[in-house]
Amino acid sequence: MASDDVWILGISMTRFGKHPDSDLIDLAAEATMNAIADAGITMREIGILAAGNLRGGGGIGQALQKQVGQTGIPVYNVANACATGATAVRVVHMALRAGEADFGLAVGVEKLAGAGLLAGGERQGDSATWAPQGRFGAVGPLDGRIGTETMPGVFAQIGMEYGHRYGGTSFELFARISEKNHAHSTLNPLASYQRRFTLDEIMNDVMISYPNTRPMCSANCDGAAAAVLVTGAALKTLAPEQRRRAVKISASVLTTDPWEEACQVLPNVNTLTRNAARRAYDTAGVDPEDLDLVELHDCFATAELVHYDNLMLCPEGGAVDFFNSGATWRDGSTPVNVSGGLESKGHPISATGIANIWEVATHLRGEAGDRQIPGARIGLAHVIGLGSACGVHILERAAA
Amino acid sequence: MPQTVPFVDYLVLGERPHLVARECTVCGARFFDRRNACASCFGTSFTRVDVPTEGEVRAFTIVAHAAPGVPVPFVSATVDCAGTSVRANLINVEPTPEAVRLGMKVRLALTPVGVDQAGTEAVSFGFEPRP
Repeated sequence: MASDDVWILGISMTRFGKHPDSDLIDLAAEATMNAIADAGITMREIGILAAGNLRGGGGIGQALQKQVGQTGIPVYNVANACATGATAVRVVHMALRAGEADFGLAVGVEKLAGAGLLAGGERQGDSATWAPQGRFGAVGPLDGRIGTETMPGVFAQIGMEYGHRYGGTSFELFARISEKNHAHSTLNPLASYQRRFTLDEIMNDVMISYPNTRPMCSANCDGAAAAVLVTGAALKTLAPEQRRRAVKISASVLTTDPWEEACQVLPNVNTLTRNAARRAYDTAGVDPEDLDLVELHDCFATAELVHYDNLMLCPEGGAVDFFNSGATWRDGSTPVNVSGGLESKGHPISATGIANIWEVATHLRGEAGDRQIPGARIGLAHVIGLGSACGVHILERAAA
Repeated sequence: MPQTVPFVDYLVLGERPHLVARECTVCGARFFDRRNACASCFGTSFTRVDVPTEGEVRAFTIVAHAAPGVPVPFVSATVDCAGTSVRANLINVEPTPEAVRLGMKVRLALTPVGVDQAGTEAVSFGFEPRP
């Protein structure tokens, strides 16, 4: 363990689902205290806290400290859409690399149960008289008149665009991706939904935005996740058991979308993911074929397909064949979303980017129970937030 | 006589309705919104260019669930107008996967949005199948 490496020392996620009796801080505190205990340290050792939450009104980091430990350390409250959790990890990672602290804590939490489909939220009503407003000089709200602003609709188009470019996609193909993730979720006791859906059930469920039906959309739920990071230098001073269970962060990358034609018309989630993946593989010295498991951002079934390609798990343009080969099922060559993914595990937005890392780390530690990928040594966690931000982390098991 | 206004400022009404983009004079990047600078090359000088009114559907979805007040179902699409991508609804076509196809040839068409209290009508655009 080189001194300038950064490792995960402790990590935790709450059960994702409905938590009517817990508020945001309860959930964040549960994840935090479990991660701290998992790390075998206390809040006293933590030198920096990065905390993410999008829908709770701000100041989550300090609110959390007031319940679990106020030690005067700097708090960075971060927000980066669905990449918020990964951004918190990235901030702590950078601080540790910069020598600002030996131990850092990243937390993400959201309460979304019952939030509905987040389908564009509320569209404002038209004003009494038409008057141009905003950057498009629009006389009324655009959503539904100039295309859709809903997430299921945007990501549906992203999957369809892939089909237009390379062919081979269909409603059934996208539904079968969802079928895989729901099947995987039956082994994950922390997932919001742990029920296997038949292909017919998925295709005949409520249509949200063609080709995404309800079970093909990420599940809104409550949840939190937290990770304790440690420098390689500090890890060397810790007990053998802590070192054995530590998981190396071989790459921690955050990107945004570089300008390309159309990127301000339909969000381009491809290039920034590809850029992040390329940089992560280079940094880690890892090839996509080396990955024993991948948790990627299947906010919709249509999104999972394009990220096979963007993460270079398959040849360019080959995502459909790759999926059809069975590669991404848990017994395939590159298991993807063995947690059940966002479609069944759930997507409490700010927690997601840490929960994905938790899933991978838990397999690398050999502690994933019934859904353990045998002998997992290297894994990748990916999230993307529209706007856009992409986080990619490559993790490796500690050398035995 | 009732007045008519375009729903967005990049739509030009009249005898030959079309869209107008702001094109960066340095790198040619095109935008539909008011600009501070070019997102591609950071230039600050733009000219107005007409966007071709015919194109092909590069991506679409049929929105069945939307925010309250948004009539569904409708087709949202990305239309490639000879290299300039446009976000729009597809109109004058059944909102079904059987009727809408990727690669479908479409053309700009106008669609009324409504009349305000002063009697002014707002007119928006969509794309319809080309015969």
